[in-house]
Amino acid sequence: MNIAIASGKGGTGKTTVAVSLAYYLATSGQSVQYLDCDVEEPNGHLFLKPRIESQRAATVMVPKIIDEKCTFCGECSAKCQYNALVSLPNIPPLVFPGLCHGCGLCIHVCPEGAIGEDKREIGLVEEGTGAGNITFVHGILNVGEAMAVPLIRQVKACSFDSRIHITDAPPGTACPLVATIGDADIVVMVTEPTPFGLHDLSIAVAVAEKLEIPLGIVINRAKDEFPPLENYIKEHGLEVLARIPEDRKIAEHYSRGEIIIEALPEYIPIFHDLAKNIGRVFGKSVIGGKV
Amino acid sequence: MTGIREVVVVSGKGGTGKTSIVAALASLLTDRVAADCDVDAANLHMILNPVVLEEKKFIGGKKATIDPSRCTSCGKCREVCRFDAISEEFVVNHHSCEGCGACYVLCPAGAVDFPSSLAGSCYICRDKDSGHFVYAELLPGEENSGKLVAMVRNEARAIAEKNGVGLVIIDGPPGIGCPVISSMTGTHVAVIVTEPTISGLHDLERIVGLAQFFNCKVGVIVNKSDVNPDYCKRIEENCTAKGITFLGAIPYDSMVTEAQIQATTILDVAPDSQASEIIRIIHKKLSKILEEL
Repeated sequence: MNIAIASGKGGTGKTTVAVSLAYYLATSGQSVQYLDCDVEEPNGHLFLKPRIESQRAATVMVPKIIDEKCTFCGECSAKCQYNALVSLPNIPPLVFPGLCHGCGLCIHVCPEGAIGEDKREIGLVEEGTGAGNITFVHGILNVGEAMAVPLIRQVKACSFDSRIHITDAPPGTACPLVATIGDADIVVMVTEPTPFGLHDLSIAVAVAEKLEIPLGIVINRAKDEFPPLENYIKEHGLEVLARIPEDRKIAEHYSRGEIIIEALPEYIPIFHDLAKNIGRVFGKSVIGGKV
Repeated sequence: MTGIREVVVVSGKGGTGKTSIVAALASLLTDRVAADCDVDAANLHMILNPVVLEEKKFIGGKKATIDPSRCTSCGKCREVCRFDAISEEFVVNHHSCEGCGACYVLCPAGAVDFPSSLAGSCYICRDKDSGHFVYAELLPGEENSGKLVAMVRNEARAIAEKNGVGLVIIDGPPGIGCPVISSMTGTHVAVIVTEPTISGLHDLERIVGLAQFFNCKVGVIVNKSDVNPDYCKRIEENCTAKGITFLGAIPYDSMVTEAQIQATTILDVAPDSQASEIIRIIHKKLSKILEEL
């Protein structure tokens, strides 16, 4: 089962919820894999503190022009959708690897067979075992690298058939979110009761609805009632899976890299209920073998 | 230095308070164009409360569609697609399709259509302080956010040029990837808003690296500084050691949320608060950096 944790707005508590949920499930006897897909700014490892057991470079394919075969016909650059190849008179095309999506079309369209492939490194994928014996995977995008989606896909390719995958999504509502939650069984949207939180939540919910993925809401830093959020949830027929109160103690423990339900056991029941409610929305229990 | 100067406010980690700080700085800066480049989760317009003068359509990348009446089920498209976007029934999954056109170009039956579609809108506005403001909204789940960011920045610069305004202040997206690179490239100053947490510290290092990669002058603000004063101090010391300007530490203030609800800034709802005082000091320091460019 794939449970994705997303939000739209950054800093609403995705990682806090993902880490504590994974830790709760793991310590209640489940086999859990944590996949940190926020490859631009991965933070899950700061809390689960995994022992890294394997590390490898994440690469994408880029064209390699075989100069002596090239006739400067310009077919490759004419067909490339990403402007990653630029043709100039009488010299082989220039390749801009940072713009290349690795689709391989240029190789197919070159009439001379003058294009081969090279690999370009975009980041790292690391795997290990973290707190609560959680299997851990994350991707770390190289600084200066624009393309997060291929790395997200490579992180997700490390998921194996353990019972439960917890996927920490990047902020935002564009293609990195789609790549992360596309195959989720349920998306847990973590929001905060503020105008910005609600605005970005509504876009993220639209993404999940377009993808036809069931979803539920976690309201983090809940304090006074914020009627616009409650109304939105009611109007869209969404379910609140958990409410985590605003508590300075949570912020302080988070700041030091501690797992909330370990540092503050009084919050265990909230994560028990969250797991129970996820199971209910999904139609299958995630806590034990019972439906 | 002559010409238009661009200041981008970024954070690496999301939710550190970029937009609230940009809104406050924008109200203090006279003669500026504000631009919201967080195009897939834009929020600045909710504070600046603008009047839209013009809407420009943003056409995104192309997506393949297979016409079943022309398809001979030969399988070529599935063979060449590297994104597993085409099902065994020859239906393109638009969420997986990268818009590369391989199936379109290589289909022997010419059964693939490859149209571009609307992916968002860019809005040219006047805000409530009668300042110029540009923002954009990417449609949910769309790609090419970096290109829409470039469109917002181009529009903002064009307005600045037309009106003789010397400064563009950009509210950037979180992260360090495509839209952040697009927001930051060619800017003069990067103001980084972080928080005193282990995540903030970790992400700060990466975004500082990116800003230095682009040769921006870097200034750092620690927001919600009192959540962990030790980390705040460490960040300030790190900045000093690396020769990075430390612009200030803003304590947590619940009035920031109240300001958001009232669609204004903390400078309006709590002008005498410590947070407001420090934002005014940051504004002075930033103005000095801009003068010295």
